Amino acid sequence: MGHLVTLPILLPMLGAILLLLPPCGKNVKIRRIASQAFALFTLIVSALLLNHSASNNIEVYAIGNWSAPFGIVLVSDMLSTLLITLTSFLALCCITYASAGDDEDGSFFHPLMQFLVMGVNGAFLTGDLFNLFVFFEVLLIASYSLLMHAGDKHKTRSALHYVILNLIGSSIFLIGLGVLYGMLGTLNIADMAMKVSQLTGDDIALAKIGGLLLLIVFGLKAAILPLHLWLPKTYSSALPVVAAMFAIMTKVGVYAMFRVYTIIFGEQAGELAFMAQSWLWPLAILTIAIGAIGVLASEDLRKLTANLVIISVGTLVAAISMHSVMATAAALYYIIHSTLMIAVLFLLADLISVQRGKVSDRLVEGRPVAQPYILGGGFLIAALAVMGMPPMSGFIGKIWLLKASSEINGVFIFWPVYLIASFVVLIALSRAGSYLFWRHSNTETSKEVAAPLKISVIIVLLLCSPLMVVFSGPISDFALAAAKQLHDVDNHVNTVLAISNLGAK
Amino acid sequence: MEILYATCVGVLVTCGLFLILRARTFPVVLGLTMMSYAVNLFLFASGRLNSNQAAVLGQSAEYSDPLPQALVLTAIVIGFAMTAFVVILSIRGRADLGNDHVDGIIPTRNKESQRESR
Repeated sequence: MGHLVTLPILLPMLGAILLLLPPCGKNVKIRRIASQAFALFTLIVSALLLNHSASNNIEVYAIGNWSAPFGIVLVSDMLSTLLITLTSFLALCCITYASAGDDEDGSFFHPLMQFLVMGVNGAFLTGDLFNLFVFFEVLLIASYSLLMHAGDKHKTRSALHYVILNLIGSSIFLIGLGVLYGMLGTLNIADMAMKVSQLTGDDIALAKIGGLLLLIVFGLKAAILPLHLWLPKTYSSALPVVAAMFAIMTKVGVYAMFRVYTIIFGEQAGELAFMAQSWLWPLAILTIAIGAIGVLASEDLRKLTANLVIISVGTLVAAISMHSVMATAAALYYIIHSTLMIAVLFLLADLISVQRGKVSDRLVEGRPVAQPYILGGGFLIAALAVMGMPPMSGFIGKIWLLKASSEINGVFIFWPVYLIASFVVLIALSRAGSYLFWRHSNTETSKEVAAPLKISVIIVLLLCSPLMVVFSGPISDFALAAAKQLHDVDNHVNTVLAISNLGAK
Repeated sequence: MEILYATCVGVLVTCGLFLILRARTFPVVLGLTMMSYAVNLFLFASGRLNSNQAAVLGQSAEYSDPLPQALVLTAIVIGFAMTAFVVILSIRGRADLGNDHVDGIIPTRNKESQRESR
């Protein structure tokens, strides 16, 4: 496969640069088409990588041919290729949706979106912790600017909070990296996994401090309990199509937790084995609970969806803290489902708020929407999927996770909290749906009909949920294999370090 | 040297944290800058402090770790960009919200003084 591994990072970067240059920069039509084309290419490359990794391959690419502990490597295993494919698909959908008009509300939407994809893909592919930091910053600075896209007062305020919080997060990330580098003498994930077991005495405590500092940062990105307060305001004030793309960003934090706390501080780490999991378990349960309370308290559909993001993050973090192959596999299935469904809910909230005029997407009586069948049907499918009702993909993810959690000690806390949270989501979404589609203060409908392009993107995203049920066999097989590969630390370490040694010769 | 260095980093972090916890954007930006200075110094020290050692092989009998220096360089560049962004954003916030409080509203004890401030 060779250089193909770099393309999911390089293509969006080239795309972003080309989109700024004259033929694309001046003409809106060309810019839109070029942006979609680049997103499509990225998706194709990601799918190729996914197909390649499906036979349990770990592809290691040493940048500049510098061997692993010294140079930076890109590692494409099943987990990372699955996630870059998801990102590229979501990006293609969001870019197409925005091409129907939202991209012209501010400047540089398309280049920024490409930079965001570059940062997210890079974070998923890199095998080096410092490189992870760099890609975090790439995706963050793109997200700061996208958040301000078509800005007004509210956006400025929530963007200020988001930016300051993330800058503090970056400082903590660097301090954590400094501590870990001082102790281990390396920042390559595979090499760190090998060296962490050789620590003795006081070094163990210091490495633990470094690891837990990283946990704060990943917790901030993923929005788990004490660090989640920025999320509802930020996501609900962003442009809905941007918020839909942001659905993948909390997953970057979750992914980083998976990598760091299963590979570096995994079972081979001696005294430091699974050190984060005991912290994550109570926090995850509390995150689910606080998300459920937030869902009930939300006044509009976008805030409600933002709180659904918190519940999904809580669920994923709970799966991490179970540190079993089954739970990880269930979490991977759940990541795909929740990212797509939350994105589609944000997009639906956009259309609904436009068609309801002054009341926007607030849950009060208002004007009926112009296309009740399409939007109502779409909302019904997305809601069924999110709350985990039988015909949709949420059900399988939920059942799998519950089954995986039945083997652990905390099952008597997890099940009630999780199931009550699902019930609360059901109540909140039913209430939201009946306000939005059935309670009208007058009968005149708006003339504004959604662009066919927007509707088709929503339909494509919605179709993913039943498709994930129909193809749940292959998808769950893949998720299971990816989880096994992630938990097989020795194999990972050997592959990353051995192949690069070969390259050096 | 270690004690001086550690004190330096500690004082910078303390001042930075204190300023970040203020509610106005200007002190917050200053605090973030101080934090990033402290972080850069800290990263630099993660390769151990020593003197008269070149970072290039063959220049001196013992050599120092060159990687932290590369890391610090990257961190400085990124920190620069981020500081520039947050400065612009706080100027925008001052213009949009009418004051430089991070929440956009200056909290006041009673309603009368709130009216006066408007």
